[in-house]
Amino acid sequence: MLYREAGDFKTSYSKDQQTFPIAFDRWGYFLTVAFAFLIVPFMINDYWLNAVILPFLIYAIAAIGLNILTGYCGQVSLGTGGFMAVGAYAAYKLMTGFPDLNIVFVIILSGGVTAMVGVIFGLPSLRIKGFYLAVATLAAQFFLVWLFNKVPWFYNYSASGQISAPERSIFGFAVTGANTLPHVSYLFCLCFVFVLAWMARNLTRGANGRKWMAIRDMDIAAEIIGVNPLKTKLLAFAISSFYIGIAGALLFAVYLGAAEVGEAFGITKSFLVLFMIIIGGLGSIFGSFAGAAFMVLMPVLLKNIMVGQLGWPTDLAAHFEFVIVGGLIVLFLILEPHGLAQIWRIVKEKLRLWPFPH
Amino acid sequence: MKLSKIAAAFVATTMVASPVLADLVFPSLSYRTGPYGANGIPFADGYADYFTLVNERDGGIGGVKTKVIECETGYNTEKGVECYESTKGEGSLVYQPLSTGMTYQLIPKVTADGIPMHTMGYGRTSAANGKVFSNVFNYPANYWNGASVAINHILAENGGDIKGKKIGLVYHNSAYGKEPIRTLEELAKKHGYDLSLLAVDHPGQEQKSQWLQIRREKPDYVLMWGWGVMNQVAIQEAANIRYPMENFIGIWWSGSENDVIPAGAAANGYKALNMHAVGNDFPVFGDIQKYVVDAGKAAGAGDQVGTVLYNRGLYAAMLAVEAAKTAQEIHGTKDITAVMMRDGMEALDMNAAKMAGLGMAGFGPEFKVTCENHGGPGLGSVTQWDAAAKKWTQISDFGPSDMDVIGALIMEDSAAFAAENNIAERCN
Repeated sequence: MLYREAGDFKTSYSKDQQTFPIAFDRWGYFLTVAFAFLIVPFMINDYWLNAVILPFLIYAIAAIGLNILTGYCGQVSLGTGGFMAVGAYAAYKLMTGFPDLNIVFVIILSGGVTAMVGVIFGLPSLRIKGFYLAVATLAAQFFLVWLFNKVPWFYNYSASGQISAPERSIFGFAVTGANTLPHVSYLFCLCFVFVLAWMARNLTRGANGRKWMAIRDMDIAAEIIGVNPLKTKLLAFAISSFYIGIAGALLFAVYLGAAEVGEAFGITKSFLVLFMIIIGGLGSIFGSFAGAAFMVLMPVLLKNIMVGQLGWPTDLAAHFEFVIVGGLIVLFLILEPHGLAQIWRIVKEKLRLWPFPH
Repeated sequence: MKLSKIAAAFVATTMVASPVLADLVFPSLSYRTGPYGANGIPFADGYADYFTLVNERDGGIGGVKTKVIECETGYNTEKGVECYESTKGEGSLVYQPLSTGMTYQLIPKVTADGIPMHTMGYGRTSAANGKVFSNVFNYPANYWNGASVAINHILAENGGDIKGKKIGLVYHNSAYGKEPIRTLEELAKKHGYDLSLLAVDHPGQEQKSQWLQIRREKPDYVLMWGWGVMNQVAIQEAANIRYPMENFIGIWWSGSENDVIPAGAAANGYKALNMHAVGNDFPVFGDIQKYVVDAGKAAGAGDQVGTVLYNRGLYAAMLAVEAAKTAQEIHGTKDITAVMMRDGMEALDMNAAKMAGLGMAGFGPEFKVTCENHGGPGLGSVTQWDAAAKKWTQISDFGPSDMDVIGALIMEDSAAFAAENNIAERCN
């Protein structure tokens, strides 16, 4: 009823192949984008921005990045935290080394640096697969964190080893540093999210995305039909790392403002992003958003209910939070192994027939 | 139905940010969970109990009740940001994050928001220079004072000559642990000892290789900048390699009961620095027993009263209350704001008479905060663990640190910060 395809005719191939072929989907998408760009900036305050929305947007980029590699190309990676650290430290070095460089280019270049590092650590993927690759990328995680702790050049020889983002602005509005306005940093991150998600969606629908999926589904068969595994896998590593690097740069420069590699980009971060894509749905851009929202919102929501509403002691609430989030993850994996994206797909199928299922 | 209820509750809790100026709000960014919880709990309890005491005994500060909002950070900087944002709208007067990483993150934020931050014995050491850091205070002592006090103690034990001695530093591989390195290196140049650095990664449960290295190199003294579970493991490892405990000196964050008790008798003789008194031999503890513990209002499990870190939380809260009183006097109003609180902290004068009046005579050093000096006098004492009596004893008076070396380092580091952030010097 709500979700109607009847009468939704396509008269050209390009119309038939668009991202959202169903009118209802398309309008929903337009409305969401309009809401995000036109309405949210007027409603946002410091708390919503820093507690919920910024981490959601930034982790969504990281989740899309990891989803390209793991969900689409089938290469398991546990190095996300390390690659985010590369993005953050690249952003720091660029910001302090070239103070006049626009922050937008700083962020994009940080992604580029991370892409190169990602390609280097992606090389073993040509020989090893599955768990073994996971262990190789785990090594990348530990190596990179160790490197940024060990070599003082990366943190400009500061006594504490902390990196902190100096103030940079765009069109006269500060986007990093302490004097940012909530809607400015929101829109700054939202633009990145929008462009990157749009790119990712189209990449995965095109020739490269199909090659990635061919490699994921059966690499030998893919090779036989003419997919070059070297190029394909390395491209996946490069693009995935580009996204993750941008997420790391934004996390450091816009969200945290100051960071310490072991604490901000440790192994827990790798697992967090991996959980996001598993819960959200492997091989789905929507799933990356859904997973990021779930993992960012759930703890804040639980904390606000348990401490704010019920008045529980903070430690009890913190422990319960682990139990509930952990329990939900297990429950999800049992009931819907394909994640939130699959639930959404099922809901869509049902909505097509609703309210007359027969 | 249920979902919409939860959503409503969520919106209600997050939207309610209208400051009610009825109470003086002191947020407590505590951590009672995770690998640092063992050390976070007593501090948070002491901090909360002192405010309860002030409410119950004195009816608040100048007649205005205090309110402590606790927010669990788990020593995690991202949760710390969330806690800061969720509490700052409630009229919070002063932040004490008890985490160096969080301090670095909050320094620009509190300065922009006009809220003071007190990082007692941790955080960014160069914040002692009030000319650059307007809203950050780290009196009465900082890490660099700690490093110098430890070296002074070693000097005193060796008759003032430690040329050629080997000193190892076991440190938490984070901003916190790296803070003293620079000072120790400068002091090494001055006194001619060899410094070797041994980093321990978060959370610090794995230290076999570091202690193997200590066993091989046999340094004359080992200093430790540890926190949380790292302390217990280090002391146990030191006991395992039979390192002489009296030559093993921890910073004040590595010297609580929780750190030494797991190693049992083997920890006997371990030393740690302190910036305030240990034990519960002060009249204020009688009041705490009467008004807080017996009244069933103690924070947490109520079993931490009198431990080292509980005393530190108590001391931090006491300094905050005294600063609030000073602010009330300066501005002639009882409902002070964060900006007024900052003025109160900058004019804080902790003299002996004031401390005696609070039932805490000699609990900490006497000091006076000024516009230029946010760091206090930088005095520290050495305490030693007696495993049989399960007690820390203070074995030296509050001694001075080498301000010639530290003062220059503070100026250098704060000048770099000022240049990076285009800050003009104040107090001129």
